[in-house]
Amino acid sequence: MRYSETGFNLEIDLTRGNIERVETDPKLTELHLGGLGTNTKILWDSVSPDTDPYAPDVPLIFSTGLLCGTPAPGANRTIITAYSPQTLLMGYSMMGGFFAPELKYAGYDKVILRGKSPSLVYIWIHNDKVEIRDASHLSGKGAVETQELIKKELNEPNAHVAAIGLAGENRVGMASIEQGRSSASRLGLGAVMGDKRVKAIAVRGTKDINLARPAEFIELCNEVLEYIKYRNANPVPNVMTILQGLGSPQEMLHVDEKWHTENFVWGNARVRRKDFWNKEIEERWKSVQLDVRKRLISCYNCPMKCGAIITVPGLSTYMMKCFTKLTYSMAAFVDDLDFGFRIAQRATEYGVDGFSTPQTMAFAVELREAGILTDADFEGCPSDNQGMFYWLLDRIVRREGIGDILADGTYWAAKKIGKGAEQFAHNNIKKHEQLPLKLGMLNPVYFLMYATGEKINITQIEGQFPQSPFMTMEERQEFVRDWIQVPDEKFKQYVLDWEPRGERSNPYYPTVDMSVDIVDWQEMIHYFDDALGVCAGLSSFPLKPPYHIHNYPKIISAATGIDMDEEGLKKIYRRNRNLLRAVNVRRGLRRADEVPPEDHWKKRFPELEKQLLDAYYKFKGWNMDGIPTKETLQELDLGYVAEDLEQRGILKDE
Amino acid sequence: MSKTKKKVKTIKIDLDKCNGCRACEVICSAYHANPKYSTNNPARSRIRMIRDPIRDVYVPVYAGEYTAAECMGRDKYIIDGKEYDECGFCRAACPSRDAFKEPDSGLPLKCDMCEDEETPLCVKWCLNEALVYEEREEEVDEEIKHEDVEIGLKAMVDKYGLQNVIDTVTRMSQKS
Repeated sequence: MRYSETGFNLEIDLTRGNIERVETDPKLTELHLGGLGTNTKILWDSVSPDTDPYAPDVPLIFSTGLLCGTPAPGANRTIITAYSPQTLLMGYSMMGGFFAPELKYAGYDKVILRGKSPSLVYIWIHNDKVEIRDASHLSGKGAVETQELIKKELNEPNAHVAAIGLAGENRVGMASIEQGRSSASRLGLGAVMGDKRVKAIAVRGTKDINLARPAEFIELCNEVLEYIKYRNANPVPNVMTILQGLGSPQEMLHVDEKWHTENFVWGNARVRRKDFWNKEIEERWKSVQLDVRKRLISCYNCPMKCGAIITVPGLSTYMMKCFTKLTYSMAAFVDDLDFGFRIAQRATEYGVDGFSTPQTMAFAVELREAGILTDADFEGCPSDNQGMFYWLLDRIVRREGIGDILADGTYWAAKKIGKGAEQFAHNNIKKHEQLPLKLGMLNPVYFLMYATGEKINITQIEGQFPQSPFMTMEERQEFVRDWIQVPDEKFKQYVLDWEPRGERSNPYYPTVDMSVDIVDWQEMIHYFDDALGVCAGLSSFPLKPPYHIHNYPKIISAATGIDMDEEGLKKIYRRNRNLLRAVNVRRGLRRADEVPPEDHWKKRFPELEKQLLDAYYKFKGWNMDGIPTKETLQELDLGYVAEDLEQRGILKDE
Repeated sequence: MSKTKKKVKTIKIDLDKCNGCRACEVICSAYHANPKYSTNNPARSRIRMIRDPIRDVYVPVYAGEYTAAECMGRDKYIIDGKEYDECGFCRAACPSRDAFKEPDSGLPLKCDMCEDEETPLCVKWCLNEALVYEEREEEVDEEIKHEDVEIGLKAMVDKYGLQNVIDTVTRMSQKS
């Protein structure tokens, strides 16, 4: 019997309309866990490295994590992978919600889509019954609307549906995949889905997921819940509000946006408005948010409430989470939050990423101001900021006129536009738009995470270690007192010694070696989460989370029956990390690409940055170009990867 | 008729506090698996979230009695401007829906308040306190179940004969 997983993938060839239920090799679970780990393995094995992201043989994989469908709290993530049309590297984007557990109950660990359907279809998975159904009547429908229509037409209110909107259908490079309150938004995987002509996947499952050592497993889950209760009652003191609790940033709960509006940058990630927040704005924004917010909601089997049901008068209801409420308003320099909720409704139905899209629109506005784009490009565009943004959003999603050029994001648009437009696509890493954040002093830990993260999205790389030093020794001692999550006691010392200024402060403290240690720990937990399907909000993202390196091995072992200790689990992390790096290295990723935006910090330290990257690569067992060495790969049972890289001349015998 | 005190187990359901996570379904189905916790499958749960996020409908409902026939009516309720289906509050395992039936056999399920546990586990796993366990004492009419008495007497009749039992009962009633 297979525990914690179903042991079957659903492989669908869209070109031929062929559907197969394929048993998986349990050995792969022992080597890679599941989720991102096994997705990466499939991508490595099945596609040649020079394949175009839109080539039919690139698999678009909807994967559950290994713990999804078990009672482990917060194990609900769907990990979607393909090649990103934006970065051209392996793109993985994840969503919470209810899709992954439902897929497990239907009897599948993954849905692997290959080929291209001749016409627009949706896939209906109901336990053993799987159909490819016509979706021509859903063409052009909103992503939220589509989910409702499909549930209705199937007469299955308990089905969960992942759908694309018009943006995905039109292969917009920043298209998302939407599902309930969640979405896989980053890296343009909605465009890959649209290219395969799949409008949606609907799933309903009523089968069991087995647990290897049930009593032990439930006890561990109870401990996780107890700790969540404890953390909800005991916010971390001396850090800013959004960092005090668990979950993803509680943007739906909190109405006080002084910190974001004054510290994040407006427009095309340019302007900091240090005196933005005042009493009048506070009152107005609070009333707007409380008016449109109908309920705070969670994903499957999670006590947090990171999302919300949003009903703006006159518009159809949608769901929102995290930071999207601010990205459009801030990019458009609109001081009214009402605009944010209104345009986000349209953007969610279109199915676009809430970071890349507003950034790209603000980029276009700047190019017009700079005379690089002309009035002719904006013919018919309203002159007010709100109108301009709605207009640009419509053009991008429909790929009309200037929108067609902008649709692939700022990097590709700048390349097409030329005339110095590249200078305006300033907030990218590896061709992908970043958070609108510009800071003063370089933080060495963040430098490394920004530069090297394969996710290319800081919120899904950072976590665990404080973002900035505590002001006093008392605060530091208070913080480390009950810090059970550290993999090693030395991390407590790093916090105790880290000071806001002086010798032991940024950028030279944490030191190069300490920074590498810290980054490795943070990455490690994210790689576990992404393989297990556990939400980062209960694990890798917040300070002092309920899941950590000390309980994960026990939880995994009790769920799956696989013998597991901390060392064994760390080795799986290194294996998955290196395999993912190898996929990207094979597609051309090198040291030269590992560059945070030039203006991310005002104060830069080229010599230190070089040392940081050198030390990080060395620590990882990579050469100085960021390529895993033969020895590293062999030690991680990835000898076949080393061979491949050697044959391609990427790894040279030294 | 005399009154006796009876402990009544109840669960208070606060729809406003529900975040829709379905942890109640998760732990219920795991607890009632055999062996305990060996599987998880919300379709076997004896509590179901009737949920329709777009309409902001979130109603946890416990499995009650089995009923062989669909009911008439199926009215709508409007509460605070929000429309609910009557079925959304109904505890019956009935032919009109798949809730509260074992997915393999179709046999009806019924909430047993997790007999062996101090409190029902759905309540324990509901950290948002949408489900709150309450015990209250109620005075109830002392109930005499004639069928139960009959079962006991039937054994005596079988052993001693009806006439002997009647004579004994008569004698006992005269003594008291």
